[in-house]
Amino acid sequence: MNSGTYRPLLTIAVAALIWLLAAGNPASGAPPDSPQILIKDFMFAPDSLTIKAGTTVTWANKDDEPHSVVSDTGLFRSGARDTDETFSFKFDKPGTYHFTCSIHPKMVGTIIVD
Amino acid sequence: MPDDKLLQSRRNALKCMAYGGAGTLFVLAGGVFTPVDLATAADEKPGIARLGRPLFVQISDTHIGFNKEANPDVNGTLTQTIDIVNAMAVQPALIIHTGDITHLSRPAEFDQAQQMFSRLRTTELHTVPGEHDTQDPTVTEYFNRFGRASDNKGYYSFDHAGVHFVALINVLQFKPGGLGTLGDEQLAWVVADLKARTSSTPIVVFAHMPLWTIYEPWGWGTGDADQLMQPLRRFGSVTVLNGHIHQIVQKVEGNVTFHTARSTAYPQPLAGEGAGPAPLKVPADQLRGMLGVTSVSVVKHPSSMMMTDTTLA
Repeated sequence: MNSGTYRPLLTIAVAALIWLLAAGNPASGAPPDSPQILIKDFMFAPDSLTIKAGTTVTWANKDDEPHSVVSDTGLFRSGARDTDETFSFKFDKPGTYHFTCSIHPKMVGTIIVD
Repeated sequence: MPDDKLLQSRRNALKCMAYGGAGTLFVLAGGVFTPVDLATAADEKPGIARLGRPLFVQISDTHIGFNKEANPDVNGTLTQTIDIVNAMAVQPALIIHTGDITHLSRPAEFDQAQQMFSRLRTTELHTVPGEHDTQDPTVTEYFNRFGRASDNKGYYSFDHAGVHFVALINVLQFKPGGLGTLGDEQLAWVVADLKARTSSTPIVVFAHMPLWTIYEPWGWGTGDADQLMQPLRRFGSVTVLNGHIHQIVQKVEGNVTFHTARSTAYPQPLAGEGAGPAPLKVPADQLRGMLGVTSVSVVKHPSSMMMTDTTLA
């Protein structure tokens, strides 16, 4: 490796490190204070959440089985999320949003946006 | 087979089932399943061959893409399944896959599965999707590959060797609480489809989720299946085949025999054991004894079907 490529790479690495430290939880792609709903033992926990408009909610699957998050009205559809995968959605408008897992439709939950 | 021999076989079969080992042969006679130990049956191959001709093999719940502890090598167990089918002395006329071809409805999983199915010596493959096959946001990955038979509806029928086959889809809408649904449009179609058949025509119905309620809290059933059973009752021989629950459960109701197949990927718990129908982790040396295929033969045309469940062990 010559010195011509070394410096830009170092700059990128340092920038990435600073970003990682600042972002807190970069893996989810959501703001660090984003409320989370865990999916575990075939349940959404919590199964009801009240948030302010403009908040991004992140669902995280902690089961060995894939799950999904699908809005009853078709507003969002996560697709299958495998173990440790997440899905985020930003709620812009006040209202009550029901969702279900389309693989295990017994699993249901509600987001209330003030 | 003489009666004493059959009795002996039944004893062996029960012994065999007690430790969950080798395959069991189910002979359907007078509406009652008679289990015969496959190990015994294997000793008398010519005799078994005379019992019927293999009509089709049912493969189910291959879950290509699954890679968790319950079976880190689902490609390996499907390969082994295909090897078993390819090694059958008389090849079945067709293969039926009762859904959950893939684990996450991803294109690469479907591609992998199709590539593996292309190794089957029997090239006629009929499929229905499972709920794991219809999770992509546009629900098109399954239909792009397997939708032609049904004109992308998911349900269709065909005839083979005097048997009428009906393929149904029950994973696109769910009843509140989680049971599968056939829906009014499909039910109207199946009523009309069956109307055109004589009562002596053997009927084979297949769908992914069980077409009778096995365990409602886990959604192991189909909410409007009663409306399907009504037009089926006049037929002399009806065989209903499903997957979804990764284990064998069966019942006989009049002339209708219900049977769910094992998965080729991983077992699931018995109904109600645990938080939900998650992959069941078993010791590695037990796994293959819980995976397998079902082969169905016509015994005494047109009235009897014989099912053989074979494990990978």
